Amino acid sequence: MLTMEQSKEMKVFSKRVQMEVVKMIANVGVGHLGGSLSITDLLSVLYCKQLKYDPKNPRWEGRDWVVLSKGHAGPALYATLALKGFMPLSQLATMNRPHTQLPSHADRVRTPGVDMTCGSLGQGGSAAAGIALGMKMNHKDNYVYVIFGDGEIDEGQVWEMALFAGHRKLDHLIAFVDSNKLQLDGSTDEICCLGDIAAKFADFGWYAQSVDGHDVAAIDEAIDRAKAHTGSPSMIVLNTIKGNGWSKSANQVGSHSRGLTPDELEEALSEMQAAIDSY
Amino acid sequence: MSYKVKDVLQNDTKEMRVAFCETLMELAENNPDIIVLDADLMGAMGTRPFAKKYPDQTVNCGIQEANMMGVAAGLSAVGKIPFAHTFGPFATRRACDQVFISCAYAKLNVKIVGSDPGITAALNGGTHMPFEDMGIMRGIPTMTVMEPTDTVMLRDLMKQMAAQYGTQYMRLVRKSSVRIYEDGSTFEIGKATRLREGSDVTIIASGYCVAEALKAAAALANEGIQCRVLNMFTWKPIDAEAIAAAAAETGAIVTAENHNIINGLGSAVAEVLCTTHPVPMEMVGVKDQFGEVGPVDYLAERFELTDCHIAAAVKKVLGRKK
Repeated sequence: MLTMEQSKEMKVFSKRVQMEVVKMIANVGVGHLGGSLSITDLLSVLYCKQLKYDPKNPRWEGRDWVVLSKGHAGPALYATLALKGFMPLSQLATMNRPHTQLPSHADRVRTPGVDMTCGSLGQGGSAAAGIALGMKMNHKDNYVYVIFGDGEIDEGQVWEMALFAGHRKLDHLIAFVDSNKLQLDGSTDEICCLGDIAAKFADFGWYAQSVDGHDVAAIDEAIDRAKAHTGSPSMIVLNTIKGNGWSKSANQVGSHSRGLTPDELEEALSEMQAAIDSY
Repeated sequence: MSYKVKDVLQNDTKEMRVAFCETLMELAENNPDIIVLDADLMGAMGTRPFAKKYPDQTVNCGIQEANMMGVAAGLSAVGKIPFAHTFGPFATRRACDQVFISCAYAKLNVKIVGSDPGITAALNGGTHMPFEDMGIMRGIPTMTVMEPTDTVMLRDLMKQMAAQYGTQYMRLVRKSSVRIYEDGSTFEIGKATRLREGSDVTIIASGYCVAEALKAAAALANEGIQCRVLNMFTWKPIDAEAIAAAAAETGAIVTAENHNIINGLGSAVAEVLCTTHPVPMEMVGVKDQFGEVGPVDYLAERFELTDCHIAAAVKKVLGRKK
């Protein structure tokens, strides 16, 4: 259970991440806005409470691992990492500029705090399963978190991994699907209907839950339950809104990749600030 | 690097897969981080003894090559040294993007082994016959790409693979191959071995074609044609120095490979030759064809990979040599 203060801290942090995301994308001209904004509440719960990490020592052996399989949500992860001290906030303005450490898609080689290189969809889950398996072989209890997009799980490799991780009972692997119901070309129902994602993972032997992905308390409790559960990997389906946090991007297919004009940036920031003021 | 070539060439009494498994066990004996992954081909690859002795260091993923490469990448991220095996076409064609992104681009440490190269897929036929595996892997930046010729070289290269950080690809005959080297020979990844001296032409061969090249060279010597024979077991990084020296000193080159010459050894050698010391060159290899089913001897004839085809290419290139 979160205290009122923790809940407020997480909600505010999520909005601060969103504000950095819109600034980064406006600065560079275009970026994966929608899928970045839909996962900031999750990142907030992870980085404000659930994860073990050391920003001064990003490869600390005792850390929990985060694999952003939907690697195109890099902007949200970079903003989170910067706000938590992995890099100066000023570095965010370098995203996608030549020689940056912050490429469009998450890159373990370039960015402090990024644990796996992802971007070609469907691949992060297998790496996360390998990391979790390696930890288990080494008798370590670090948790491995992997974040999928819902469109991403169209990829067959995700289901290979689901079978594998279930079979191997990787109970320190906790996966999320950012179920914002939209992919690049339209709604997930129209493009390639996913059905009941939690039920599918349950059928693959996972402990599966489905929660409001914008309710930090609900996310936090789901992670607590996943950690308490032993003997199988966990799937937490997050019901989210793509482009959440700005009225113009929320639930819009076009928010997948877009830019913001200076006026739009102003508008988005003021909506996000108003949300913070309301908490 | 210190090697000695056997005086008499004959099929090895030990299968490559047996040496593969023995070497894995030898490596694992001193290193708990050695992990063997497979996609339901451990029986075919002869690695069940490893699984029996080191069950906690064995990961049979089931028939899911893409996931296996990603799992191997994840294992290497936590310090393991994974050797991931499946048949060559599945290790390269099928899981290409996973090898590219999760392993190589992510700068991880995955040892990929693709078995049944080219015509050695034999009775499994065209679906299982990779004439393009080395080319696919060669196109991935930073990848080391090699083809050990016999059990002596295999053992030595595997130890180097385990010791060197980085993602590497090795194509590997499962069954018996012709024994080229004396016991105790050692090799250097990226350095060709010189199997025979000669001043008229150089045959640059790899894998199955090495023994064929030596047979061709012996036959040609009876006709007064002296061939240098190089075993180019590393296709990348390729031994540019040995190629340039061969061109300068013998004036003509023939490549011989159990692979498509497009993006194969012929291409790799030509890339070096044309930018260093251009000389006439001929290529023996598969000419942009799909594989087909049949015994190895039949397929060697069918795809023109025999000693006779190499000898004919030598004569052709000598006709072009000024």
